[in-house]
Amino acid sequence: MKMDKPGLFSRLKAGLSRTAGNFNAGLTSVFTKRRLDAAALEELEDLLIAADLGPAVAARVSGKLAAERFDKEISEHEIKAALAEVMTEILEPVARPLAIDSTNRPHVILVVGVNGTGKTTTIGKIAHNLRAEGKSVVMAAADTFRAAAIEQLEVWGQRSAATVVRRDVGADPAAVAYEGLQQAQALNADVLLVDTAGRLQNKAGLMDELAKVVRVLGKLDAKAPHDCLLVLDATTGQNALRQVEVFADVCNVTGLAMTKLDGTARGGVLVAVAERFTLPVHYIGIGEGIDDLQPFAATPFARAVAGLDG
Amino acid sequence: MFDSLTDRLGTVFDKLTRRGALSEADVDAALREVRQALLEADVALPVARNFIAKVRERAVGQEVVKSVSPGHMVVKIVHDTLVDTLGSESVEINLNAVPPAPILMVGLQGSGKTTTTAKLAKRLVERDKKKVLMASLDTRRPAAMEQLKILGEQINVPTLPIVEGQNPKDIAKRAMQSARLQGFDVVILDTAGRMHMDEALMAEVQAVRDVCQPVETLLVADSLTGQDAVNVAEQFNKRLSLTGIVLTRVDGDGRGGAALSMRAVTGCPIKLLGVGEKLDELEAFHPDRIAGRILGMGDVVSLVERASESIDQQEAEKLAKKVQKGQFDLNDLLEQLRQISKMGGLDGLMAMLPGVGKIKKQMAEAKIDPKLLKRQEAIILSMTAQERLQPKLIHASRKKRIAAGSGTSVQEINRLMKQFKQMSGMMKKVSKLGKKGMMRQGLAGLGGPGGAMQGMPGMPGQIPPR
Repeated sequence: MKMDKPGLFSRLKAGLSRTAGNFNAGLTSVFTKRRLDAAALEELEDLLIAADLGPAVAARVSGKLAAERFDKEISEHEIKAALAEVMTEILEPVARPLAIDSTNRPHVILVVGVNGTGKTTTIGKIAHNLRAEGKSVVMAAADTFRAAAIEQLEVWGQRSAATVVRRDVGADPAAVAYEGLQQAQALNADVLLVDTAGRLQNKAGLMDELAKVVRVLGKLDAKAPHDCLLVLDATTGQNALRQVEVFADVCNVTGLAMTKLDGTARGGVLVAVAERFTLPVHYIGIGEGIDDLQPFAATPFARAVAGLDG
Repeated sequence: MFDSLTDRLGTVFDKLTRRGALSEADVDAALREVRQALLEADVALPVARNFIAKVRERAVGQEVVKSVSPGHMVVKIVHDTLVDTLGSESVEINLNAVPPAPILMVGLQGSGKTTTTAKLAKRLVERDKKKVLMASLDTRRPAAMEQLKILGEQINVPTLPIVEGQNPKDIAKRAMQSARLQGFDVVILDTAGRMHMDEALMAEVQAVRDVCQPVETLLVADSLTGQDAVNVAEQFNKRLSLTGIVLTRVDGDGRGGAALSMRAVTGCPIKLLGVGEKLDELEAFHPDRIAGRILGMGDVVSLVERASESIDQQEAEKLAKKVQKGQFDLNDLLEQLRQISKMGGLDGLMAMLPGVGKIKKQMAEAKIDPKLLKRQEAIILSMTAQERLQPKLIHASRKKRIAAGSGTSVQEINRLMKQFKQMSGMMKKVSKLGKKGMMRQGLAGLGGPGGAMQGMPGMPGQIPPR
């Protein structure tokens, strides 16, 4: 990842500032110089819930503030700092980049998630990033269900000059994944990205289909898929926890990406997810552009959400 | 750890049901739980707050009728308030315009606009006998236009030919023009997904709106949406004056708090629900049903409707006659299994029945396989015609053959036979109850050993009908 690229941080902040702005509006109105009493704490808890952090994390944060500052005058800045600190604490251990192991020929990344979270777009952006690092990339269009999903991936293939392995609509996704791995092996590619159809985690049949993809990949390379990336939508509420739980169970999710953080969605559920599952968070998506996928970093994320500078 | 709203309210009201009188403290405790449950179900905070206030207002000063348990009174008040908030009746798609009537589909990225466009087109063609044209104005997402074109081919609904390089406004103009010339009744315009605070894109869709003057501007929204639902709905409504909301992924296991939030902040009716990936899986919104579902009272209305749609009336009568004569055989069981499959399988039925949460948990604990129906069907299909008519013929060696033929085990066949025996016994007993009673018993018998469904909590059934 090109961490030193100018403007990266400002882009991240631009994406998140609306999140923070919205959050702050509430926070400021409640906490401009005020005694931290029970009512104030409850309001803080509500504000955290409104940021999609979830009741558990909300209670923990306000509990921490209560322990330290109860009945004291507390300023807006202190609230933000404490908030950012607690969130950073939770997020720091999970902020880990997606590491490509070059001894894997190829390194297989299976990309999964419910419908419409942005799997194909995320794959396109990852491919673009990997290509920019000079890695060779093969993509397998294993979403054989949604109309034009294959064509969509092919467009991303052209944009990032990556090979796309495809079959017809309705083909067995496991077969496409298998063929993708065969081709990637033949080409001695660095990375294989497997795109899968969106599926709701409560559809047993579709989850079995996913388990089959994993099984079949394992036939060509016992360790494949080396990574399984679950793509979460920032606008999703507490159901994201269910998504992580079930997908992790079915296909051994190794990391997360959260998309659509350029809206007003707070993405706070990521904090709840991090606290409960301790799965690495690799990427955040902050726009539709090919460069709008960023490595996830705890401090800026937490501070931006809390509305603090830099 | 993550309780659904249904489970949550279930336990709260269980507690209340068991108590005699309802004190103010009881109401407060219940409402705290309701509030927590609403928040966990992603109902937006301000909406949840209002909702609780409304319920409290109604509950306080309410005379507790002696014959009704206080818990049930609270349930009823919560239910009524839910229905009120969701909108008291279902509202159809409005097509009152000089044809072609334009329908504009808008929403965030990935909310399901394109799929919903195709589903809506199919519905209007088949139910309302309308001539529908679909046009994709999504010039941004790769292959979005191809997606709509392919869906159009699948459902046999024409799409506006794709012209490269046109902007959304011009495509909209062209769609209206061509619909007018070709005598279409309805034009559905599928737009690109956009963030509600993206000024440029919101202006773009406003321009499209001005060009085509839609009779319906529908916000397509994911039912799994969190607290942000209010912002999204509010902004889209402000910019485009929405006429309705379509909720998608209602077949997921989210509790659909977003429905409550969006309805409350926009005042727009929720018109349709997307309930599956197939293109006929679009349903009219009935507030009563959703409220019932949220409260764990089950979606009995949907169940009955689905049943009447899928069950062949003649078959049912034939079966009734056989049962009355005590001739229920394995062919009839097979027929029942198939009808249950048609109604969405055990899972589908469960989702609609009262006390869902608990039963689902029991099912999960008892490890009842969702594929049970398929396997039982396979077992019966592996029997000879003779065996199906005279189940008594089936002895050990035949069982072995059937097990091999159906890819199951002798144990499973024993279980099926036991179930069959119980069912035919019951059938004889209830034959005078007629068709309705029979169906219920049939389902109960299917609950596997012990009949998991017989343990269904009866609590919600006692709520007075509205």
